[in-house]
Amino acid sequence: MSTIKNISRRSFVRSIGLASGGLILACNTSVFSDKEKAPENLIDFNPNLFVQLNSDGSLILVASRSEMGNGVRTSLPSVIADEMDADWTRVSIKQAVGDKKYGDQNTDGSRSIRYLYEPMRKMGAMARAMLISAAAQKWQVPEEECSAENHFILHTSGKKIGFGDLVHIAKTLEIPAEDTLTFKNPKDFKYIGKHLRSIDVEEYANGSAVFGLDKRLPNMKFAAIARCPVTFGSVKSFDKTATLKIAGVIDVIEIPRIERPFGALGGIAVVATNTWAAFKGRDALKIEWDFGDNQVYDSDEYMKQITENVHKQGKVSKDVGNVNRAFNGADKIVESTFQLPHLAHAPMEVPNAVAWVQGDTCEVWAPTQEPQASRTEVVEYLQTDREKVTVNVTFLGGGFGRKSKPDYVVEAVAISKAINAPAQVVWSREDDIRHGYYHTVSAQYLKASLNKNGNVTGWLHRFALPSIVSTFSPGVDYAAGFEIGSASNVPFELENMKVEVGQAPAHVRIGWLRSVINIPHGFSLNVFADELAIAANEDPLEFRLKLIGKDRIEETQDPIKYNTARLKNVLKIAAKNAEWGKELPKGHAYGLAVHYSFYSYVASIVEVSVVNNKVQVHNVFTAIDCGTVVNRDTVKSQMEGSAVFGISLAFYGKITAKNGAIQQGNYSDYQMARIHQAPKVHVEIVDSDENPTGVGEPGVPVIAPAIINAIYQVTGKRYHNLPLSDHGLV
Amino acid sequence: MITLRINGEKHKIDVDPTMPLLWAIRDIIGLTGTKYGCGEGVCGSCKVLLDNSPVQSCMIPVSVAEDKNITTIEGESRNLQLLQESWAELNVPQCGFCQPGQLIAATALLDKNDNPTDEDINAAMIGNICRCGTYQRIKNAIHRTVELKNQN
Repeated sequence: MSTIKNISRRSFVRSIGLASGGLILACNTSVFSDKEKAPENLIDFNPNLFVQLNSDGSLILVASRSEMGNGVRTSLPSVIADEMDADWTRVSIKQAVGDKKYGDQNTDGSRSIRYLYEPMRKMGAMARAMLISAAAQKWQVPEEECSAENHFILHTSGKKIGFGDLVHIAKTLEIPAEDTLTFKNPKDFKYIGKHLRSIDVEEYANGSAVFGLDKRLPNMKFAAIARCPVTFGSVKSFDKTATLKIAGVIDVIEIPRIERPFGALGGIAVVATNTWAAFKGRDALKIEWDFGDNQVYDSDEYMKQITENVHKQGKVSKDVGNVNRAFNGADKIVESTFQLPHLAHAPMEVPNAVAWVQGDTCEVWAPTQEPQASRTEVVEYLQTDREKVTVNVTFLGGGFGRKSKPDYVVEAVAISKAINAPAQVVWSREDDIRHGYYHTVSAQYLKASLNKNGNVTGWLHRFALPSIVSTFSPGVDYAAGFEIGSASNVPFELENMKVEVGQAPAHVRIGWLRSVINIPHGFSLNVFADELAIAANEDPLEFRLKLIGKDRIEETQDPIKYNTARLKNVLKIAAKNAEWGKELPKGHAYGLAVHYSFYSYVASIVEVSVVNNKVQVHNVFTAIDCGTVVNRDTVKSQMEGSAVFGISLAFYGKITAKNGAIQQGNYSDYQMARIHQAPKVHVEIVDSDENPTGVGEPGVPVIAPAIINAIYQVTGKRYHNLPLSDHGLV
Repeated sequence: MITLRINGEKHKIDVDPTMPLLWAIRDIIGLTGTKYGCGEGVCGSCKVLLDNSPVQSCMIPVSVAEDKNITTIEGESRNLQLLQESWAELNVPQCGFCQPGQLIAATALLDKNDNPTDEDINAAMIGNICRCGTYQRIKNAIHRTVELKNQN
């Protein structure tokens, strides 16, 4: 639990740059109460600062998480403002630098609201309580006769005073004990659970929002790096003669590889007066590479290998009942093999960062999802003190997990240090596609038995995929626990069930991409369940509800248990909104998928047409239960965006490697869904007072399998491999 | 020396005439609202108006843009302003990075079509990728802009 202290009179307040004369609340928050993550910072309880009220009534709220389209710069501060009874129009946002005192800042895993909803309410409640105390003191009345409303404290007599006019008294007060705090009744929420526009929307629309790529410093140089086409290859020799002849090129520097999970890949950096000269200079380098061990990587061959690995027994990770006996006594056996390729994040803003190393100090401006990890990498690289490194977080032009990995930040630091000037490293789009932390490639084999009543009696799920853990512990070649859970905790009522994992060594850096393991597992589970419905000759919706089974709280390894009633509920809502079963135009059909991830429940029914062997997604009916909603518009927009993200990966998503080198390089050969392919997305959000759960990612996993299931209804063809462009369907 | 006329203001710059307009705008002149996304004319993030036509500035050498009127997201135009208001009203952007290019493309559309259909919008906006997937809101915001124009 949190303890909250008044630190407005302490000396370090000045050091973090907040103006004097304001009421500043700090707290030691335990945002790590969720046991899923090792609470490594728990013991030091560094103070977190979120509220600054100025005597003019202006209110500065701190956003500790990164803004990348997830809406956190609006949603998190709006929780404080609501609980504080502040006027949102008086609020401005200060983006936190990377510092442990803000708690966990890793904007990743759909966790921001889940972790910070309660601490932010406390920040607001504490501020409100102190303002009420201040007014009571000023008026010499009991606190019970005072209340807060829209940036004023009111007295029962009818008099009122603005928040700003209470600052001078409030700042002298002791912070009230946490157990004395009172919280608003949710029915009185003014911002929480409502539609709130992004606080940054005007800056986005007029082009003034400063993304990492837009950061400029006096005398700043631009740099591009030639990296080995094969992951972890190195430079044997290089010739910079032609590069140095290019107008604008200043210098050519060799950057060493830093052998850390988020370390720079290394290569030859070209420093120039503008980005274009840096790119041209980089292209003019003549480099002889030592491609290293990963040049053996051929993704087609690799797919064959991991597919073989799922067609034989693997490491057993779950074994319940007796699957073999169920299979032997089956009325029908269904089996399928699924193959999904690597994916790249490809955010619109390429990886980039600005660094300025001066002696043993360094300041960074970066579009990073993880400013504290960025800071750690810089501290390690420079071998300097943590206090001497500042990481400023800019707007992120998309992240999707790519910008949790600050390899590009370290590159900028290395270059700035070498040239003794501020430097911006810019990845070209080709760099981004060819040197990423890829979403894993996977093969899966599922086998199930049905009895005469169309009930599933046995279930075997085998999969092989290079693990994210291989990026952190080279040599790991089996999926880790967190990559198994979504298969072994499948929300179906299964008496006989077995999950096995096959071997899959990594040849590229494997990273997490929006919804992570739920992409392959959400795909196979939802497509396979649909195949079982067809085999049982039952309606896919009825069959799925039956397969999920009775209402129950499912026991898992996780402290948060999933609730099958909530899962069935979202499926029923999506089906109701789609009018499942109604007649659709010729060549059109519905497909469904439902998935539990990031502790949220999401179902989507998609309407697809297949005309002249081309697929179009017309409508997506999505229902989400993410517990308590902070910003309804953000939940809605995330579901809309997730549908498009899912369509992109279903239609086009495929990264391949030949001789260790990634074969795609830009949006021309790693394509994205465009406006004519965007469906109408109809979103219903379940009303709930459960704890808030994930929103940014759980809308993604359902889309691709729902499309596959709809295509089957139109064409009678079942596709087990993505992308659909490989099947000539787009 | 090359003279560029951007948002009504003249800029004399000393660059290689083959430098793409995008980099002259961003790195030499310092207007960073125009974005780099792909460098090969397939994503639309770098769109500007060149004599009122939408172009991908990453594909246009500065020499070609000389003596033409260049409008960037920082520029002024009645349709751009109305679109920006609708963008804000419907909370279109997510990460926001592609939106300057989207708005420039939408401005060019409304400059020549008072009442675009969904198909017209698709045709005009197909060159602009939004990785966050805000297409539905983009479409709605363009329609909303037309609605507001017709009210006035």
